[in-house]
Amino acid sequence: MAQREFRIQRGSGDDAHLETYTTDVGEGMVVLDAVHQIQAESAPDLACRWNCKAGKCGSCSAEVNGMPKLMCMTRLEDLPEDQPVTIEPIRAFPLMRDLVTDVSWNFRVKEKIKPFAPRKPDNEDGSWNMQQDDVERVQEFRKCIECFLCQDVCHVLRDHHLHDEFYGPRFYVYSAALEMHPLDTENRLEQLKDDGNIGYCNITKCCTKVCPEHITITDNAIIPLKERIVDEYYDPITKLFKMFKPKK
Amino acid sequence: MTRTPIQLPQQRQFGETSRLGAWWLQPLLVFLGLGAFIVYSTWAAFQGAYYASGPYLSPMYSPLIWEGAGQATSGHNWLGHWPDWLPAAVVGLPITPAFLILWAPGGFRFTCYYYRGAYYKAFWADPISCAVGEPRKSYWGERKFPLILQNIHRYFFYVAALFIVILTYDALVAMWFPPEGMTYAQAHEAHALEFGFGIGTLVLIVNPVLLGLYTFGCHSFRHIIGGHKDCVTKAPAGKKAYECVSCLNKRHMLYAWMSLFWVGFTDFYVRMCAMGYWTDLRIF
Repeated sequence: MAQREFRIQRGSGDDAHLETYTTDVGEGMVVLDAVHQIQAESAPDLACRWNCKAGKCGSCSAEVNGMPKLMCMTRLEDLPEDQPVTIEPIRAFPLMRDLVTDVSWNFRVKEKIKPFAPRKPDNEDGSWNMQQDDVERVQEFRKCIECFLCQDVCHVLRDHHLHDEFYGPRFYVYSAALEMHPLDTENRLEQLKDDGNIGYCNITKCCTKVCPEHITITDNAIIPLKERIVDEYYDPITKLFKMFKPKK
Repeated sequence: MTRTPIQLPQQRQFGETSRLGAWWLQPLLVFLGLGAFIVYSTWAAFQGAYYASGPYLSPMYSPLIWEGAGQATSGHNWLGHWPDWLPAAVVGLPITPAFLILWAPGGFRFTCYYYRGAYYKAFWADPISCAVGEPRKSYWGERKFPLILQNIHRYFFYVAALFIVILTYDALVAMWFPPEGMTYAQAHEAHALEFGFGIGTLVLIVNPVLLGLYTFGCHSFRHIIGGHKDCVTKAPAGKKAYECVSCLNKRHMLYAWMSLFWVGFTDFYVRMCAMGYWTDLRIF
């Protein structure tokens, strides 16, 4: 078994620092395995959030060698072997201790978004009729595991700390899933423009790059929402067209 | 229950990151690639000459509304010679036929969702790369003037789509050559053009193909063609059209670069032929 060096952020507040550990690594090990091994061998008080170890719970989000990743899905053999592995907590949220951050801000944002409002049922038994093709588009968004890596890498939150004004990629995906749903009747565009300030997004596509579920966040959720906002607020011809369109 | 506010981590300095490897390479390549194109196209636009060679017309001068001031007729102009009422220079800088049209494809690319993300990173470092510290603390995004104007992208799309038609016409024109002893303008005037195919024809055919792949994969077009509907199956052009545009959209970045390079190369090819440095090879 080979040995590898890990630099893991420890402590909190001004005391936060990188500490170096060495442990044995084997074939197929992921970063979370190494963290658990370090906990067992030399740092039993190392705080780290995890749950499924299968890339589905979104708990073990961290920054591995500077990039937001799920620790349970990052194989050690994919990281440069000649350099220590640096593991830091995600930076867009308040640090609690070691690798654990307080992500509760996300849940407060989610509460603000207008909920799903389906149209009246199509059938007497309370069911609806939908085309599979129409729901397929939003099914991509439902793959989200709420790991908040997209929120972490988004520079609007990470570098500019605009948490009070900006919802972040995760919640544009959430809004897109509702807004594009064939049964939904609610209009969230004003909310996304004025309260969620989707205009802060400058399409860097970093969120798409780090998504462990490979959701095409920017192209399929954020840009289509921006285009819908253009329809509603910035396109005079579409506005004119809507004025003369017969009401259903 | 009371919540104790917890401080967010300190903002990083410009370029500060724990990322390994050459994270700076991609923005550098974008900076060099886009920068080179901007410099070349600006230079080419200021030339006002050597924009046509026989049946070939540079895409940077197409449509050629009026022939460049002081230029002999090329046979490609729509409305004749440079009109007297239009100044040929402003504050010492020449006004060429390119300036009358380049605002449209330029505006389309400037407001393109792909390019926006690319040049915000490469030219404005906002951010220079994912998870890398930024140079500025303040940030407005695309919510305020001037960047709120990026929202007019769809209007540039409409014009850019028209340009695809014009450049396709140019590719067809590039298949008709003057007979020996006549200039293109003379043969065009005398309806004496002969069908043929040169390397330049191929260059001018590839140009609208690549531009079409880029233009019709545009995010705004994807929205217009069906994305604006919650029920895509009820979209005006139908699900197939939406899927087609989505398919092109997946490779939008690739087509953006390929078409950008080819526009520059096409102008360069026509310019080299017009200046006599290169001889266009006739295939038949």
